[in-house]
Amino acid sequence: MYSEELRELIKVVEAKREYNVNLDPKRMTPEEIDVLLETYHPDYKQEQFDTLAMGPNKGGKVPKELKALLEANSRLAGKEIDLSNPDYECDVLVVGAGGSGCSAAIEANEAGAKVLVVTKLRMGDANTMMAEGGIQAADKENDSPAIHYVDAFGGGHYAAKPELVAKLCMKAPEAIQWLTNLGVEFDKTEDGTMVTTHGGGTCRKRMHAAKDYSGAEIMRTLRDEVLNRGIQVVDFTSAIEIIKDDKGQAAGAVLLNMETKEILIAKAKCVILCTGGAGRIHYQNFPTTNHYGATADGLILAYRAGAKLRDVDTLQYHPTGTAFPEQLVGALVTEKVRSLGAKLVNINGDVFMNPLECRDVTASSIIRECSTNGNGVPTNDGYGVWLDTPMIEMIHGEGAIEKRIPAMLRMFGKYGIDLRKEPILVYPTLHYQNGGVDVDTNSETCVPNLYVAGEAAGGVHGRNRLMGNSLLDVVVFGRNAGQAAGARFKDVTVGALNIDHVDAFQKELAEAGIETETVSPKLLPDYARKVNPLQ
Amino acid sequence: MSEMVNIFLYGKKYEVPSNLTIMKAMEYAGYELVRGCGCRNGFCGACATIYRIKGDRELHACLACGTQVQEGMYIATLPFFPLVKEVYNIEEVKPTEQIMMQLYPEIYSCVGCNACTKACTQGLNVMQYIAYAQRGEYEKCADLSFDCVMCGVCSSRCPAGISHPQVAMLARRLNGKYIAPTADHVNKRVDEINNGEYDKIIEDLMQKPIEELKELHKNREIEK
Repeated sequence: MYSEELRELIKVVEAKREYNVNLDPKRMTPEEIDVLLETYHPDYKQEQFDTLAMGPNKGGKVPKELKALLEANSRLAGKEIDLSNPDYECDVLVVGAGGSGCSAAIEANEAGAKVLVVTKLRMGDANTMMAEGGIQAADKENDSPAIHYVDAFGGGHYAAKPELVAKLCMKAPEAIQWLTNLGVEFDKTEDGTMVTTHGGGTCRKRMHAAKDYSGAEIMRTLRDEVLNRGIQVVDFTSAIEIIKDDKGQAAGAVLLNMETKEILIAKAKCVILCTGGAGRIHYQNFPTTNHYGATADGLILAYRAGAKLRDVDTLQYHPTGTAFPEQLVGALVTEKVRSLGAKLVNINGDVFMNPLECRDVTASSIIRECSTNGNGVPTNDGYGVWLDTPMIEMIHGEGAIEKRIPAMLRMFGKYGIDLRKEPILVYPTLHYQNGGVDVDTNSETCVPNLYVAGEAAGGVHGRNRLMGNSLLDVVVFGRNAGQAAGARFKDVTVGALNIDHVDAFQKELAEAGIETETVSPKLLPDYARKVNPLQ
Repeated sequence: MSEMVNIFLYGKKYEVPSNLTIMKAMEYAGYELVRGCGCRNGFCGACATIYRIKGDRELHACLACGTQVQEGMYIATLPFFPLVKEVYNIEEVKPTEQIMMQLYPEIYSCVGCNACTKACTQGLNVMQYIAYAQRGEYEKCADLSFDCVMCGVCSSRCPAGISHPQVAMLARRLNGKYIAPTADHVNKRVDEINNGEYDKIIEDLMQKPIEELKELHKNREIEK
């Protein structure tokens, strides 16, 4: 429920709505964008970054919070672990059971591998489940994988690996076909044509959606398929280190039961890390849209095992996190709200930008509006700008909001805000890890038989990801990794297991003069209030 | 600091700020959550919760991540509920009435008490979508159940032992694969790509200098 003060401010927005809805605000030039990003985007705050003192990316720039975890102690440091009697033996071990993990598991299973999936929480507790807006694929007459390529590569500021972007775009229509064949219900017209919209930074309407439960619909279908195939899933169990064999190949993982703390050993011929993102690290103290387990675990595991990271100094701040009410602060307001026509409006009721600029641009513009420009709307936790949702029904007619974005209607409805009649307040929120572990077109790292897919992998999105390219990423590259490992395992002979690389890492840590109490991977954020001074 | 209210976690009293959600109130009380916490934003169904307000007879169900605490709230979380999930081969099943009879025959034992609908944390008409499933009307079942987060509270209240979320899951997959109209343009594009029609243009783009790509990007025609 809005306060009296906010309701007064909404009147200003209402008074100009008729005029604003018909505006077509101009897009910024590349030069304007450069200045905006450098001045306002959190990635450019140099004091928030530091240089790695050790490891495969020694000398590379990373956020301070990530450095602390990369240069931290292993949970196994100084401990003896018996690797001689594995609790699990499989062909392909998949760590993480979100969109990419389940896609990888299905494809590896399809290839005939004995697959084991381990997941820190439950299968489907993942950012995929929370992706609202949609999934990109160039499958319409006026579109092509080449146009998609230009959108994605340009949107990522030309920093992505071209061969990965090419794969993303070329495999996109097949991903939609595959999902449909599994029974995913995309929004279609009566003749079967996909209902598609724009996302920020797209030049064609290629966003496929399932209302605003797009990720949930994909995730629950993939999960159902994993169960139908009888793939073994061990839940509430995290991987805390990679295991290698005497040939230096990845050959399994040390596992931790999250509830009983039991240590378990999984031996495998190939390992696929699908551990997702890092929002719960709360870079620069931003709130996040991410699920509870998004703590960069895969980056830590892979780094300690000798894999290189890339572009991990760039994070995505989603422009429209909820800024009010306080119970929802940081929660995602899908970009689809803007795709459907809602504009961003400041405290004076004025539209201050084209709402479909790329995410980093839009986020920076909102930060500028709320800081230098002084046009933010004050909330309990800071500032926000209006996202004028009633415009959607002015454009698409009554009922459009309930039909196309029911999750948003429900989320705000619980707090007495009806976004069909009232605008909502938004401010950027930590959303996505643009970079990750460096992989090739087979999703393989420089450590033999170690694959990484989904948000944990880097190189697909460069320095800024477009809306709808992450759901696409998890499906395309999850499948890709599953297929690659599904072909590789047949030729792999696993030698004697060891975790010598962990000892070597600890030694390198000491040699670099790093003294730290921190252990990693982090596994879960620390949200419980400290009620015991002895702990 | 916001004003404080008394809540009862599994019957034990804690004093917590009134502006918190149930999930954050548990963390304020000192709980380190492993179970019953997933997306923290209403999509994953991990934090199904049942509560009753002191002095009130009515039982409520909600998601702990999206529900604010109230004075006198007696809270029990339901982080897991043993739903029946039948396995099937999606390539072999057909969208006929038989498949429900075969996999989930208990839906025909529905007594019409409507406890499922009353308990739904998403406010869905659960009993009605089960009725559609009974009649093999999978399109309607899929549509009505679409916003389900599979938290399982409905099933916890069902005297007939129905696993509503799994019934709906099957109906949606049947609808998505077999009943919904086919998107011919998707299949056409997949064929074109497999025939190599885009190989050259993509290859060319990959080789282009960044400056040329910047021009291309800048001068894109944006679909209205």
